[in-house]
Amino acid sequence: MIKKEMVVIGGGPSGLSAAIEAAKRGVRVLLVDENLHAGGQLFKQIHKFFGSKDHQAGIRGFDIAIELLKKAREYNVEVWLNSPVVGLFKGKKIAIKKLMKNDTEKIVIIQAKKIVIATGTSENAVRFKGWTLPGVMGAGAAQTMINIHRVLPGKKILMIGSGNVGLIVSYQLLQAGADVIAVIEALQKIGGYGVHASKISRAGVPIYISHTILEAKGQEVVEEAIICEIDNRWRPIRGKEKTLKVDTIAIAAGLKPLIELAMICDCKCSFIPHLGGWIPIHNENMESTQPGIYLAGDITGTEEANTALEEGRLAGTAIAEALGYISTEKAKQIKNEIWIRLNELRLGPYGQERMTGKNNLLLSYNKINTL
Amino acid sequence: MALEKKGYLTKKELIGSSGYPSEERFNRGPVAVIECSEAIPCNPCEAACKQKAIKIGKPIINIPVLDEDLCIGCGLCISRCPGLAIFVVNKTYSDKEGLISFPYEYWPLPVTDSIVKAVDRKGKVVCSGRVIKVFNNKKFDLTSIITIAVTKSKLDEVRGIKRIKTCT
Repeated sequence: MIKKEMVVIGGGPSGLSAAIEAAKRGVRVLLVDENLHAGGQLFKQIHKFFGSKDHQAGIRGFDIAIELLKKAREYNVEVWLNSPVVGLFKGKKIAIKKLMKNDTEKIVIIQAKKIVIATGTSENAVRFKGWTLPGVMGAGAAQTMINIHRVLPGKKILMIGSGNVGLIVSYQLLQAGADVIAVIEALQKIGGYGVHASKISRAGVPIYISHTILEAKGQEVVEEAIICEIDNRWRPIRGKEKTLKVDTIAIAAGLKPLIELAMICDCKCSFIPHLGGWIPIHNENMESTQPGIYLAGDITGTEEANTALEEGRLAGTAIAEALGYISTEKAKQIKNEIWIRLNELRLGPYGQERMTGKNNLLLSYNKINTL
Repeated sequence: MALEKKGYLTKKELIGSSGYPSEERFNRGPVAVIECSEAIPCNPCEAACKQKAIKIGKPIINIPVLDEDLCIGCGLCISRCPGLAIFVVNKTYSDKEGLISFPYEYWPLPVTDSIVKAVDRKGKVVCSGRVIKVFNNKKFDLTSIITIAVTKSKLDEVRGIKRIKTCT
């Protein structure tokens, strides 16, 4: 059995951040990712990020990814790509389906001292008649197609969901040369930032609040979408249907944490709707209810890249401290600074509910630990 | 408020807000217009301004306040705003026309001296415009700054141009 000091599962902003923070203090880190490339969702984020200078504000997502990968190499983080984690067992044993140099796959069992689960989130589905027609996809899939593969999913798009993902991906679809025929939102107000909505309004994209999709129609692919205004009890209002000629329907109806690995190693979870659903409970060190297993990034609540970066740093620092690579005082100072920045990112009307959710997670951890 | 129901701010909501200059300042020369009204943690515009005319301070969710007397309308802030919410308006360009500079991240870029369709915050074409300048700089990080001349009466409405369609 291979022994590793620290294994990070997931090479997105939080996983890379955790790996870098620990590795720069001398921890030997292995980072594994199931994808062809590390970077998580960052390479698809071609827009400029918000926040402050500390939070890489004004920098485009893919530039942050390039910088993170550079740092990971600099600090000798070992990286296995195309290598999904297929098992997580008692005693911190990890089973990885590793892609070997000769292109074969081999199950490798690793005994880790510390683990970070940084697997992020996946998209919620919205089901409607005709939703299996080619042309219906997650907004994330559409974003991957245009920003990574440079392929247009279609020419006339209906976006379902007006949160930041729906608004930003709509903007990027316009940049890629598609027409966004409409954005629809079931709630009574636009979910994402006003400035993101203004960008696409300026491009002539109408946003219809209190609307849902009834049906996708087409012979073999999407040709039309029937949308409808809904009342305050979510029921379609007869006579308020609209037919839109579209060839693509992108769904941006929220993200939920990918918690399978956390669950199978018995990390306790809490249901927090504002953070995306079932969330693995953690403490201020980002340690789960299973000692030695840490969590970071969107798996601990759907937020943003800047919070993912900070939580990764927190986990990486806490692990370096636990393994004796930095002193308790030094670790305390670093962690306090990170928490100040994290709290700053969760201020304001958009951050409030996340702040409450996160505080509840910390309270749950304390409750469990005092039992 | 139109912003949360429709996705755009109306002129009524902007006039008198902390990022919107007074009419008197508009008539003195080019000035920045910051159309940012939500408390989001974000402050690159503050650091961008060499005249220290944009103030956010702490906490960083504060809405930017424009000091219209310090602002010289240089436009450095336009490309720095991740929300693409800052513009520079020049109501003193000529008797009949004014200039609006805005961030643009579409391709193809318009050509200098060409005639374009100027749009308002809802994307509606309100008049035609003449492209005065298309400004690209490595520091803008792929955001182009386009300046167009439009008839003065439309300057408070125009905030962009209709995207130029490619042949396919």
